[in-house]
Parts: sequence; C-alpha cells; structure tokens
Amino acid sequence: MSENSKHPTGQPRRTHGQSPHVLKTGTASGALKEEQVWDALAEIPDPEIPVISLVDLGVIRSVDVSRDQVRVEFTPTFLGCPALEVMRDAMAARISALGADPQIEVILDDSWSTDRITPAGREKLRAGGFAPPAPREVGGPKLVQLQSNAFRCPYCGSQDTALENIFGPTPCRSVRYCRSCRQPFEQFKTI
Amino acid sequence: MTDQVQKILQIADDELILGWRNSEWTGIAPMLEEDVAFSSIAQNEIGHARAWYELAARELGPTANELAFDRRPDEYRCSRLVELRLVPDWAATIARHHLYETADEERIAALKQSDDTEIAGLAAKIDREEAYHRMHAQMWFERLQDEPRFQEALDELRPLLDVRGEPTSELAELWEEMTMVRRSVAGATW
Repeated sequence: MSENSKHPTGQPRRTHGQSPHVLKTGTASGALKEEQVWDALAEIPDPEIPVISLVDLGVIRSVDVSRDQVRVEFTPTFLGCPALEVMRDAMAARISALGADPQIEVILDDSWSTDRITPAGREKLRAGGFAPPAPREVGGPKLVQLQSNAFRCPYCGSQDTALENIFGPTPCRSVRYCRSCRQPFEQFKTI
Repeated sequence: MTDQVQKILQIADDELILGWRNSEWTGIAPMLEEDVAFSSIAQNEIGHARAWYELAARELGPTANELAFDRRPDEYRCSRLVELRLVPDWAATIARHHLYETADEERIAALKQSDDTEIAGLAAKIDREEAYHRMHAQMWFERLQDEPRFQEALDELRPLLDVRGEPTSELAELWEEMTMVRRSVAGATW
C-alpha cells in the first residue's frame, strides 16, 4: 500500500492547498481554481462501477489550470475498457461547464495500478458489493494466490471464499464465491 | 519503416487478430465461465492492439484505425498462429492460448527493457493485464496437459508461431468480416 500512503487522497497536487497553477483571468469575478476542478471531477461516477468516482479511482494524475484552459492528465485503467471514452468525454463536459477549455491528455504509461484507488474509494467499492483489490505485491498477482482464501467477502467479511472465474463482467473484475454466506461476488483485480 | 515500428506493428496485428479470434467464442464457449473469459481476453487484446497502433501511427500515420483496418490483408504481419479460426475445437484453442501467452510474455519482458520510455511504459502497463491471461492459460494447461488431443494440438500449432507475412485465405476472410462495417458506413470507428 505504499502508493496509497504517498497519495492518500489521489490528489497529490492539491494537498497543501496552495496551488501554484491558479492564475487570475483578470476580468472574471472569480478565477477558476484547481480545487474547483478536482471537486467537479470528483462528482463523475465510474461509468461501469458508479459507486466510485474518477477521483476515487485514481485515474486523474494531474490537473493544471492556466487562464481559461484546464489540462488533465488521465491514466486509463484497463486498455480495452470501453468506459475510457465515456470518462474522457464526461471530464471534458464538466470542465466546459466550469467555463474552461478542457484538454484531456490520455497517458499510456505504467503509472496507474489498483493501488491508486483511494482508501475512500476502496470503502465505497466494498459497500457497493465489490471486493476492493488486494495490494499489489512485487512480481504481480499469481494464480496460487487467487486460488487461496486470502480474499474477503464484501457482504459478510468471511475469508472462506473461492475463485469462480478469473474474468468477470468487465476487464477489471473477477468472480468469487463466499462459502460462508453463499453469495457470489465480484472481486476487483489487482493490477 | 524502422525495425522498431515494424516490431510494434507485428505485435499490434497479433493482438488485434487474436482478439477477433478469441471473440468467436462469445456465446458458444463450452462453459459460461469460458464464454466470459474469452470475451474479456478478446477485449483486452484489442485494447492492447489499439494502444500499439496509436504508437505506430505517430511514425506511420495517419491513425490507429487506419492502421488496424485500412491495410490490405496481405499487409498484416501477424503470426500464422493467431490467424487460424479454431472454433469449435477447444483443445486447439487452449493450445494456441498457451503457446501465444508464453511467447508474448517473453516479448513483453523484452519491451519493458526498451530504451524508448513510451514503449517500455506501455509494455509494463500491458503486462499487468496479461498476467491474468497467463494465469488463465496456466490453469487450462494444467487441466489438459495429459490429454493426447491437447498434446497433438500443441505439436501442430507450435511451428506456426514464427510464420509471418504469408497471406492466407483465412486472414482474408477475417479481414472482410472485421472491416465490413467500416467499409460500408462512412466515418465508422472502433
């Protein structure tokens, strides 16, 4: 969980509340602040798991406000996820609604992992019936781990759960079964 | 075309074509779990293809869509292994899955070491997802490894992995299917 401890809110650039990127537009009564952009983005639900927001999901790497332009660096979760376009368009629409010109840059590097999901996001997943991802270990996940009982049921909390299918209804989820409360549930994959 | 972009195009073609072939199990796999698995793997592979095509398009232009769908079938550089239409042969499908994922793991590991940080970064991102394809292939390999039919399929398919750039009717047929909407609807994209 080292990444989470470094970025406890998923919003590393605003944690000190004194953004260097807030510029006055000169004429407007209130210049757009970076924090307003983060707040607006925090209202956008994940299109496929709407209990969690894009900010909770940790896919927004940075927000830069410069005059009337807002530049957002966005890291996809899974590359084949059809929700990516929806997320990008939703972010652009929210920023336009704030009166700024959105520039959403998709970053195709290795900077997103499930460890970027915020603690609040993990709790929202659990409450929504999705078991949050296990912390990523060195070398990545292994089949023997998935087949072990190291995963907790989001409904009853039991660890007596079994892997039903590595794959699930979306690329980011596996399907498990809780032997204790006899409830199948979706497990967010660790990547 | 530089060697590097040629290599990227090969990978993109492999992932695109295999993605289409894997999706042929959607709705007809022998178990519901495998229907979901192969559909999900197909979706991932096509997502990886898009990311590689986008990288290749910076040098070759114009866009990922054009590279993926507007080349002639004989211009694709995918492996013969991924071109084959294998439904409804489950043993051969799992044999291909195992052969491909094993070879792909090595290729991705090498790309992660690339001096080009974009290539290395993308390879590392893809590797996180491919880990689940490998686990799935491993699970089925362990289940089928003592089956003669599975061993025969492995022996038959293994030599095809390194055969590239030889136009086949199977790929031409798949290309027709894959590009039909794009060729008939102006402005159609992925």
